Amino acid sequence: MVIGGGIAGIQASSDLANRGFKVYLVEKSPSIGGRMAQLDKTFPTMDCSMCILAPKMIECARHPNVQLLTYSEVRGVNGSVGNFKVKVVRKPRYVDETKCTGCGICSDNCPAEAPNEFDENLGIRKAIYMPFPQAVPRLVTVDKDNCIECGLCENVCPANAVNREQQPEEIVLDVGAIVVATGFDMFDPSVIPQYGYKRFKNVITAMELERTLCASGPTGGHLIRPSDGKIPRSIAFIQCVGSRDRRKWIDHPYCSSICCKYAVKDAVLIKEHEPDSRVTIFYIDMRAFGRGFQEFVNRAKSEFGILFIRSNPGEISENPNTNNLIVWFEDLITRTVHNATFDLVVLCPTLIPRKGVEELAKILGVELDNYGFFKSVDAVKKPLDTTVPGIFACGYCLGPKTGDVPDSVAQGSATAGRIAEVLAGMEVS
Amino acid sequence: MKEEPRIGVFVCHCGVNIGGVVNVPEVAEYAKKLPYVAYAEHDLYTCSEAGLAAIKKAIEEYKLNRVVVASCTPRTHEPLFRATCKEAGVNPYLYEMANIRDQCSWVHMHEPEKATIKAKDLVRMAVAKAALLEPQTEPEVEVKDASLVIGAGVAGMTAALSMANQGFKVYLIERDKEPGGIVQRLHKLYPTLADSSEVVDPLVEAVRSHKNIELMTSTTLKEVSGYIGNFHVTLTSLSGDKEINVGTIIVAIGALNYRPPTGLYQYGVYDRVLTQEELDGILKKGSLEEPDRIVMIQCVGARKGEIRPSELEAFPKSDTAELLRKILKARKEEGWPYCSRICCMNAIKNAILVKEKSPRTDVVILFGDLRVYKEYEDFYRRARDLEVRFIRHIEEVPPEITQTSDGKLEVMAYDALSGLEVKFPADWVVLSTPLRPRRGEVILARMLKIPISTDGFLMEAHLKLRPVDTNVDGVFLAGTVSGPKDVSESIITGEAAAARASILMGNRKVSTEAVTAVVDKDLCIGCGLCEEICPYGGPKIEERKSKIREILCRGCGSCAAECPRRAITMRHFGDHQVLAQVTALLMPESPKGG
Repeated sequence: MVIGGGIAGIQASSDLANRGFKVYLVEKSPSIGGRMAQLDKTFPTMDCSMCILAPKMIECARHPNVQLLTYSEVRGVNGSVGNFKVKVVRKPRYVDETKCTGCGICSDNCPAEAPNEFDENLGIRKAIYMPFPQAVPRLVTVDKDNCIECGLCENVCPANAVNREQQPEEIVLDVGAIVVATGFDMFDPSVIPQYGYKRFKNVITAMELERTLCASGPTGGHLIRPSDGKIPRSIAFIQCVGSRDRRKWIDHPYCSSICCKYAVKDAVLIKEHEPDSRVTIFYIDMRAFGRGFQEFVNRAKSEFGILFIRSNPGEISENPNTNNLIVWFEDLITRTVHNATFDLVVLCPTLIPRKGVEELAKILGVELDNYGFFKSVDAVKKPLDTTVPGIFACGYCLGPKTGDVPDSVAQGSATAGRIAEVLAGMEVS
Repeated sequence: MKEEPRIGVFVCHCGVNIGGVVNVPEVAEYAKKLPYVAYAEHDLYTCSEAGLAAIKKAIEEYKLNRVVVASCTPRTHEPLFRATCKEAGVNPYLYEMANIRDQCSWVHMHEPEKATIKAKDLVRMAVAKAALLEPQTEPEVEVKDASLVIGAGVAGMTAALSMANQGFKVYLIERDKEPGGIVQRLHKLYPTLADSSEVVDPLVEAVRSHKNIELMTSTTLKEVSGYIGNFHVTLTSLSGDKEINVGTIIVAIGALNYRPPTGLYQYGVYDRVLTQEELDGILKKGSLEEPDRIVMIQCVGARKGEIRPSELEAFPKSDTAELLRKILKARKEEGWPYCSRICCMNAIKNAILVKEKSPRTDVVILFGDLRVYKEYEDFYRRARDLEVRFIRHIEEVPPEITQTSDGKLEVMAYDALSGLEVKFPADWVVLSTPLRPRRGEVILARMLKIPISTDGFLMEAHLKLRPVDTNVDGVFLAGTVSGPKDVSESIITGEAAAARASILMGNRKVSTEAVTAVVDKDLCIGCGLCEEICPYGGPKIEERKSKIREILCRGCGSCAAECPRRAITMRHFGDHQVLAQVTALLMPESPKGG
C-alpha cells in the first residue's frame, strides 16, 4: 500500500506495479497529483509541471496492478512486515464512481460555490467539482460542507451518477509493505504579523503566485495583483519565511531546501511574463545546490537582471491609498537600513509536516523526528526505512531531505526497490 | 489491398498553453477539410482521461484507422496517445503528432494570427504523413536476469545488494584493489558523525559473502556490445579477460575530489595548504596536533568559470567522450561552474571534529553562501555553538595566502559585512573543493553511448522525472556519477537504480523500438558506409550486403542519410512519408496531401 498520490507516491506505485506487485494507492483528496500538479513550471529546466506529470498520473492509474483509492484515508494498521492488515475508509463522494464520466455538466449547473483549494483558494469552484482539469480519476466529488442540497446535479446528470445517500465504506487490505508519501503543508505566514500576510492584499505566498502564473490557474496565467487586478511592475520575494527560524512561536529551525530554487524560477517566469518588471529577491543564503541550479542563478542575474539582496526584511507596511507595499530591510552587505516600495510581495514560507501526520504516525506505529516529519531509522544508511520494519517513506514527508522533484522520484523508486528486496528476502526465509 | 485512410484529428488547447495563442477551434475546423480526414475535434486537454476517452470513442464511431493529435511534444506524450490507439484497436504506429505547442504557440506567443496559420500548416503536414503510415510491431527481447554493476563504492554496493537480495545474479566490478570507493577514505560522515567504516564495512562484508554477487576487484570494462536485456561484456583484469552476459548495467563509478592546480591559494606551494579531503586523512590518522587556528575556504574550484560554447561543440554528437576530455582540461585551471552540494557540510563536519578534539583551536570558515540545506541547519548550529567562526567574505576578491617569516601562514580576505580587509594568521589553510567527474567517464560514455551533460557528469534520461535512467535502455546511473551527492543520497540512488533494473529483469522481457532501418537488398552494394557511420553498431555487412540488427538500431537515420544507393529506409520515416509532409507544407492546395 502506498499512502499519498503525489509524485513520490506515484513513482513508488508505478515501479512496484511494474515489478509485479499489487499496489493500493490511497489518496486523501479526490485526485492524485499532489503538489507537483499545482506548480506552473519546474526548475531549472522550466518544463511545464503538469505536462510532464499528467502522463505519469495516467500511466500509474491505468496500470493493471494499481488500484486507486482516492478520497480515502487510512484508519488502522495491524500486523507486521509481510503481513499488514490495513483499514481504509472510502469517504463518500456522493457520486457513483462506476457511472460518472467526468463530463462536468453537474458542476456547470451547481449553484453553490466554494473556495478552490487547488488554486490556493484564489478562485472558486462549485460544491460538486473536479479539483483540476487533468484530475485522475476523472470523477466529480460533492463537497457536503458547501452543498445546499438543491438536487440540481442529480437532475442534470446524464449518467445518473449522483447518489446523495452514499455512505462511508470501510475496507480492509492485506499488504506486505507500506509506503508513506504524504508530502508537506506550507507554513502560514500570518503567524509573522510584521509581514502583513492576510492583512495586506498584495502580500501573497509563493504557492499563490504559482497558481497565478499557471495557465490553468484562476487568472488564466496572467500575472495580476490581488488589490486591483493590475499587472505588478515591481515584485519582491522574501526567503526563509518561517524557516531557519528558532523563535518559540514559529520553531522551524531547518532549511526547507527548495525555496531559493523555486523563488529564482518564479522570478525568471515573471520576467518572461512581464519583461519590464523589476524583481528583487531578499535572501539570507542563496542555497542553489543541486544539478543545474547554480548555473540557473547565474543566468537569473546576468540574463534576466534579477536583483538579489542579502537581507531578511524586518517589516512590511502598506500605503493605504495605492495598496503598494513598503519593505523595510537592512542590506547585510552595506549594513544600511533601507525601505523600498513594491507592487507585490511574495513570501516563501517554509514547508511543514502535513496536517494529520501525528495521527497517521500513531496508526502506523512509527516515530516522527523533532520537527514532526517521518523519522528514518538511520539518516545515512537507511534513509527511507521508518522505525517500523516493512514501513517505508519517500518524498517530503521525510522532511527537507527531499530537495526537489528528482529527489522525490529517486526516493519513490528506491522505496519500491527496498520493498522488492525485503519481501523477496522473506520468501526465502 | 490497403484500406482507405480515415484520419481523426484531435487538436488540444493544452489549457491556455496552445489555446491562449492559437485559435484552436479554427484549426480543428480546418482539419476537417483536409484529405482523408473523417473526423476532427478539439479538447481542453486531450491527454486528460476524458480527452483519451474521446479519441477512443471517435475511433469506434467514425471507423478511424489513423490518428493525428495536434498538441505538445512526443517526448512526453507520444507513448500515452499510442497506447490509447492500441486500446482502441488501431496500431500505435498509425498515429502522428503535430507539435503545435513547443514549436508554435510557445515560440510565437505574441503573434496569434500567424501562429494559427502555422498550426494549420503543422496539422496539414501531420495529416499528409498519417495517410501514408504503415503499422509496425515492436520486437520483444528477452532480458537476462543478471546485472553488471560498475564501481563498488557505496552506491554500487547498495545497488548490487538490492538486486542480489531480489534473487538476481550480480557482477560487481571495481577498478581498485578493494571495494569501498571514495567514502571509505573519509574519516567521519555528516550529520551523524559515524565512522565511514560503519557504512562501508557492512556493505563490503555483505557483497563479499552474498551468494548472488560475484565481486571482481582490480577489474575494468574492456568492451560492451549488445543491447537491453542482453549485453555482452568483456571484463579485464590481471588474470585475463572474462566474458559475461547481463540484462542490465548500473554505472556507479562515482566522482573524484577536485585538486586545485599548483599555486591556487598557494596549494602545492606551502605544504600546510590542504584540501578538505587531505584534512580528512589527517583527522583519520589522528595526527592533527592542537593548532592555534585553521582557516577553511569554501567554493575553491566550484561555482567558478563557465563551460564555454567551444567546449560544448562536440555536444550532443555521439562522441561525447571528446567533450568531457575538453571540459576536464579547461576546468582543471578554472574550476567548475556548479555548486557541489556537499562541501559546506563537509567543512562544518571537519570543523566540529577539530573543535571537539581541540577546543582552543580557532576554526574560521570563509564562505559566500552557506548551503546547509535540509535539517543540516542543526549541524551548522552545533558548529556555531562550538564557536566555529563563519565569516562571509567577498568571493569576487579571492583570499590571499602568504607565509610569514616564522613559517606560519596568513590569510587575507575581505569581510562582506564590513567590507574591510581581515587578516588571519593560520597554522593550516583548508580548501573545500567540489566533486568532479572522473576521467573513466570518457571510456564509459563511449562504450555505453551515454551522453555527458554540460556540467561534465553523465546525463540522466530526464532531469526531473527519470533521475537514475539513461537514454540507453537497460543502463542506469547510481551515486555521484550523475553529479555531487552525499552518502545518503548516493544510497537512495543506488536503491532506485536497482529498482529500475529489477523491473526489467523481473519481467523477463521488454519490447523495443519499432522505428528501425530497413535495407533493400537489391539496391545495396555492400559498401559498408552504414556500418562505419552507425553510432550504435546496428548494420553489419554479411555476404556483401548490409544487414541491420534491429535490436541495436535506435532509429536515428544516419545510415539512411549516408547510403549512396538509397538502399536504406527508415520504418515510420520513409522518404515518401517525409516528402509528403514537405509537399503538404509547400503546396497547401495539392490534392490528397501529396
